[in-house]
Amino acid sequence: MTEVIKIKKGLDIHMNGEAEKIYVKAPRAKTYAVKPVNWHGLTPKIIPKLCDPVKVGTPIFYDKYHPEVKFTSPVSGILLSINRGDRRRIIEVTVEDDGKDTSETFLQGEPATLTREQIVENLLESGLWPMIRQRPYGVIARSGQVPKSIFISAFDTSPLAPDFDFVLKDLEEDFQWGVNALKRLTRGKVHLNLDGRYPSVRTLSSIEGVEINRFKGPHPAGNVGVQIHHLDPINKGELVWVVQPQDVVTIGRLFKTGKYDPSVVVALTGSRVEKPVYFKTIRGAAVAPLLEGQLKPGESRVISGNVLDGSRIDAEKGHVGFLDSQLTVIPEGNYYELFGWILPGFKKASFARSFASTWLTPHKKFDMDTNYHGGKRTFVMSGEYEKVVPMDIFPVHLIKSILVNDIDKMEQLGIYEVVEEDLALCEYICTSKIPVTKILRDGLSALRKEMED
Amino acid sequence: MSSLRRFVDKIKPPFEKGGKLYIFHAGFEAIETFLFVPNRTTQGRVHIRDANDMKRTLILVMIAMVPALLFGIWNTGFQHFLALGVEAGFWQMVWFGFLKVLPLFIVSYAVGLGIEIAFAQMRKEEVAEGFFVSGMLIPMVMPADVPLWMVAVATVFAVVIGKEVFGGTGMNILNPALVARAFLFFAYPGQMSGEKVWIAGLTDGTGVVDGFSGSTILGQAAQNTTTFVNGLGETYSSWDMFLGTIPGSIGETSTLAILIGAVILILTGVGSWKVIVSVFAGGLTMGLLLNAFAVNEFMALPFWEHMILGGFAFGAVFMATDPVTAAQTERGKWIYGFLIGLLAILIRVLNPAYPEGVMMAILLMNVFAPLIDHYVVEGNIRRRLKRAKVTAN
Repeated sequence: MTEVIKIKKGLDIHMNGEAEKIYVKAPRAKTYAVKPVNWHGLTPKIIPKLCDPVKVGTPIFYDKYHPEVKFTSPVSGILLSINRGDRRRIIEVTVEDDGKDTSETFLQGEPATLTREQIVENLLESGLWPMIRQRPYGVIARSGQVPKSIFISAFDTSPLAPDFDFVLKDLEEDFQWGVNALKRLTRGKVHLNLDGRYPSVRTLSSIEGVEINRFKGPHPAGNVGVQIHHLDPINKGELVWVVQPQDVVTIGRLFKTGKYDPSVVVALTGSRVEKPVYFKTIRGAAVAPLLEGQLKPGESRVISGNVLDGSRIDAEKGHVGFLDSQLTVIPEGNYYELFGWILPGFKKASFARSFASTWLTPHKKFDMDTNYHGGKRTFVMSGEYEKVVPMDIFPVHLIKSILVNDIDKMEQLGIYEVVEEDLALCEYICTSKIPVTKILRDGLSALRKEMED
Repeated sequence: MSSLRRFVDKIKPPFEKGGKLYIFHAGFEAIETFLFVPNRTTQGRVHIRDANDMKRTLILVMIAMVPALLFGIWNTGFQHFLALGVEAGFWQMVWFGFLKVLPLFIVSYAVGLGIEIAFAQMRKEEVAEGFFVSGMLIPMVMPADVPLWMVAVATVFAVVIGKEVFGGTGMNILNPALVARAFLFFAYPGQMSGEKVWIAGLTDGTGVVDGFSGSTILGQAAQNTTTFVNGLGETYSSWDMFLGTIPGSIGETSTLAILIGAVILILTGVGSWKVIVSVFAGGLTMGLLLNAFAVNEFMALPFWEHMILGGFAFGAVFMATDPVTAAQTERGKWIYGFLIGLLAILIRVLNPAYPEGVMMAILLMNVFAPLIDHYVVEGNIRRRLKRAKVTAN
């Protein structure tokens, strides 16, 4: 299919600190971590004891309620620590690297020759299954279920997002293996969605066995939720699985080599980075070696992910998220601004047309910080959210139905079709500074509890 | 950091939780956030926020109302001196108007903000900025000669019954400024209509030219005439009505000044152009219909002249666009605005007891806005259900 689907609504946020297209081999970190908090609704159970030796691919914890879903170590070494947060919730499980990369072996073979059960089993055993997430809810897919289709968004329109065309260059073969495996998991199609903004030769346009679709438009055109909405929308009771492009490569390598290859490319971005580049590193790497000598002075926030959907991590002790291909470092915005609400605003980024910058320098890139720019209010303005959600959904009404905990209304208004990243722009532009994505997650959790209990 | 910031930080502790002056914390916060955009940073997965906020948005609404207000101040003086039969200079008129209008503002803001801060304190919330706009709208929809105590009573009613009982800014069903206006209209009909109240000094009557009538054009139209005259018997041209050199509520007379405000609202995206356009479209449609079936002179009034009379333009631009009380869906806004225009002219022409149909029409549609939204949202729900059925088959 060569037709390009045009997305009209949305917003590209222009920020400083895009990664230059250079690969830097990341220095080997001392510790690597897998963070249970990267997946919603996951209750981890730790398998080895502290200081037990582990190899690449050795399970280090599993999902208490779905014990078949295992999470494995990305490096060989010893299980170093289990770090807990509030209410003793396990935040991360770290492994001390011995640098030897001794690896567990898994089933190897062309997926077409394997049964579906063998493929599922291999993904579960190797710890790659958690790369497959389901919509609705945005949680880890259930191995016993069959989705109506699988979606891969091969481009990211988020602020400062890595260019997957660059990242996946020369990895087409591994990607094809990954697609071949995923194809066996669904009765329907595997959709591979490419960026329609650059119609020239694209790295992945030669991939076979998939339905290739092109999307063109501002963020969130690259969000897989938006793409699903336009191609194969989720109705009540339906399941769609989504996989990220680098994860498809890792899955492909598993079947090609019989080993878990945890290598991954992470773009280091943001206005507080001296030289934003692409790092070749290993999943779950400690960020300290990546950031060494790279941080500009001043109080900064390190985010695993992008500014619209990412988790804050510690610059010294933090680790890159398992599913993240991007690190963003931006200034903290804990300052006061005198009469900020009335100044013309030449240096302010805003979607609203009430700042001088919106009129004079619409494409200027900004050093955006984490300031709230105002106080939380009730819903006052209308029609704002609709401008940045390219779906047939009423976001404000959906959010209000969650606030009053009306399960029926949530379903009717399309909660199954969205996760946080799809409504992140609403939270960004909201005049009333309403925590949209948190409310949405609360709604999704409530609904999931209702449905699955 | 500036010395002002240091000063604020220095006097802040007693107002914080557990401090001696904690009962005044809402008021303190209101002043602090008025001076400084707070230093709060983002939590959760979305790490950046748009620079826009409620204060800025509502300030823009106030800026948009400034042209109409300035004109209203001048016109208050102009009408006054006209009634006295005195030649006065431009600044003399402005100064008179200023002295007349300023107390209305002081009363409206003092009473309204006082109640707002008290409620915010009670609810342990920040003071919402909604009243910045309402407090400015209330004096602007008052006749120049309204007694101050009435403004105070109307403001109390509007803020408490019109807004706070529903939960405060963002929760109200009716536009608070219109509630204030409607309250006075029904509670004190003797004072709030007729020929005297619209021009400053007329109620008092000292020094007024003999036989001077201060009736508004709509008041005259209700008597079934289409030749409108000022107090001295000189005919008004359409140009006078457009510019606003006619008697009426303080802010409503100049269509030109209101249109400048409309341009500001639309360009900054703060006011919904859909609502503004559709109110005018509705008004013109009803005007045309009435022209077509005209049985009296008022019905035969050229349809476009309705746009520049009374509070129609003011209501369309500053009242109907209130995002809280208007329809919230984009399709709903078209319907909501169109019906306001339609009803405003219908009430104005066919019910002589309520020459100011715009106020009634907007209040009525405020009530119906949630219903309009309900049907628009139902449409979305039906589409989703239909889609599910198609896939199921």
